[in-house]
Amino acid sequence: MALSAPAPAGPLQYLEAQARWRPIELVFWLATLLPFVLTPSYLVLASQIAVTALFAMSLDLILGYAGIVSLGHAAFFGFGAYTAGLISKWGWGEPLTGLVLAGFAAGLLGYLFSFIIARFRHLALIMITLGFGLLLEEAANSANWLTGGADGLQGVHMWPLFNTFQFDLYGYTAYSYALIALFLCFLLSRRLINSPFGLSLRGIRENIVRMRAIGAESRPHIRTIFTIAAVMAGVAGAILTQSTETVSLGSLDFQRSADILVILILGGTGRLYGGLIGAVIYLIARDQFSGINPQYWYFPIGILLILVVLFLPNGILGGLSEMVNTERGQRWFGWLTSSSWRGKSP
Amino acid sequence: MIVSAVSVLFDGFAYGMLLFLLSVGLSVTLGMMNFVNLAHCTFAMIGGYVTVTLMNHVGWPFLATLPIAFIGAAAISVVFERTMFHRLYRASELDQCLLTIGVVFVSIAATAYIFSTSQQPVSLPNYLRGSINVGPMTFGVYRIFLIVFALIVSAALIGALEFTRFGAQIRAAVDNQRMARGLGINVDGAFAIAFALGSGLAGLGGALAIDVVGLDPSFALVYLVYVLIVVAVGGLGSIGGTFVAAMLLGISDMAGKYYFPAIGSFLIYLVMISLLMWRPSGIFGRR
Repeated sequence: MALSAPAPAGPLQYLEAQARWRPIELVFWLATLLPFVLTPSYLVLASQIAVTALFAMSLDLILGYAGIVSLGHAAFFGFGAYTAGLISKWGWGEPLTGLVLAGFAAGLLGYLFSFIIARFRHLALIMITLGFGLLLEEAANSANWLTGGADGLQGVHMWPLFNTFQFDLYGYTAYSYALIALFLCFLLSRRLINSPFGLSLRGIRENIVRMRAIGAESRPHIRTIFTIAAVMAGVAGAILTQSTETVSLGSLDFQRSADILVILILGGTGRLYGGLIGAVIYLIARDQFSGINPQYWYFPIGILLILVVLFLPNGILGGLSEMVNTERGQRWFGWLTSSSWRGKSP
Repeated sequence: MIVSAVSVLFDGFAYGMLLFLLSVGLSVTLGMMNFVNLAHCTFAMIGGYVTVTLMNHVGWPFLATLPIAFIGAAAISVVFERTMFHRLYRASELDQCLLTIGVVFVSIAATAYIFSTSQQPVSLPNYLRGSINVGPMTFGVYRIFLIVFALIVSAALIGALEFTRFGAQIRAAVDNQRMARGLGINVDGAFAIAFALGSGLAGLGGALAIDVVGLDPSFALVYLVYVLIVVAVGGLGSIGGTFVAAMLLGISDMAGKYYFPAIGSFLIYLVMISLLMWRPSGIFGRR
């Protein structure tokens, strides 16, 4: 989020300036606590938003930072979701270990797949990720004995979290659980992208050939970030399973891969908060318009997508940061986004 | 065993022909401008709905609606190309994907609103129904018609590309766009016409597909996957490659559904991924 940082003196100073917390970030994270107070009846929706935001953030790590376009990212979300569901169905309903195992399983799948991913670019990459997502969906669909096929996985039952907090219909536990997981993953991602590793990812995104020419081999980097993103997607899927106690094929179909891409693009790629803002807007809008026939829901989404690509190429956050970066914007909102708010000037 | 193999081959061949008509336009436009047009099947769907509307509400005969399906899809595609798509020829693949998938979403919602989400009925004329028996084997008349029709269209297409001045310009632009521009070829104009022709062929394919795979608003998304597989496997801008890939996909899909119904489309995706890993730019791709 290079919003208003002055020209840095060197790479380390640049990274330090980037890593400093800005006031608006604190405002954002405090605002995530508001649903507990203001809209307690919408906590289930809020927990879904947190899950989707985590999923979108994991896509942002590979798409926004490393430039890997994936049309099959739901594969890892669904793999995590099914893993968490199966562990519970087989008699171990403890949520935290289930979450860790699901993340581990999705990460393993992502690590294996990343060897393929790292070899391809452009259309072949898009097609291979798409094919991989569809392959997994078909596999889950035909493995009826394991996944329940099109009927979804039945018999998932979670034990209370820490033996105290039951996953209930009101969503107190679900939202707290999802929010904490989201925040921890966010801290990890923030640390990652503000490290030299994150900087080389951006180099890969901008020009993969030149990165190799300056001696930074790109494939190990791509494999690492792809695995991390797969873990996060798997964790998001597992949280969805654990808080709803069902898994359906919808958790890994193409629709979900497309939706999450739309959410990320709407919010803006390559700035971590893009996916979070996109998830909030998308899911609240869908909830508000749920009265209209779901098949018409794609009309406004399609229009929005066209408008964003044509007129707002960096998403909503990109448009906002352009506004803030004007002279007047700096005067009014500059303090919110400046990284030197503690009085330490970089 | 042999009987079933022949009928699987025959049905797969007819299905492959359909896929070829649907995807050849995308292959050419992708090869020329590197423009990833995910809305290609939307134009196919438009062709299908033109045919259905003309037949069921105006009372035209099936064959007479086919040229209108071609023209309708081509005309609408040119409007999209001139107003929106041409602005993104130099943009990233992601932006192109997103814009065109936005068009797909809008088209799905719009057709659901106008025509409802139910399958559209189409009643073929009598001379295209039924089947012919050759010994123990049966061949559907409509599928024979499909194969013959698609072969004629493909022959006309290949002839037009190989032996006309316009075809030479298109091939030059596919091979090397900058060089073609340098030689004074109006690449943008040629591209607009190629785009319209390709979308028109897709519209024709959409109209012919109604009796085989049905028609509802999800057509634009469901068959997009098949078309992308054909194009990516065949190699961009290669008509021969598109033909081979369409046949491969059509026959292996039919065979998979016939012999291994339990694993469904699993086989196709596996074949596609393996082929792409072996040759990332397609069987006949040059880049």
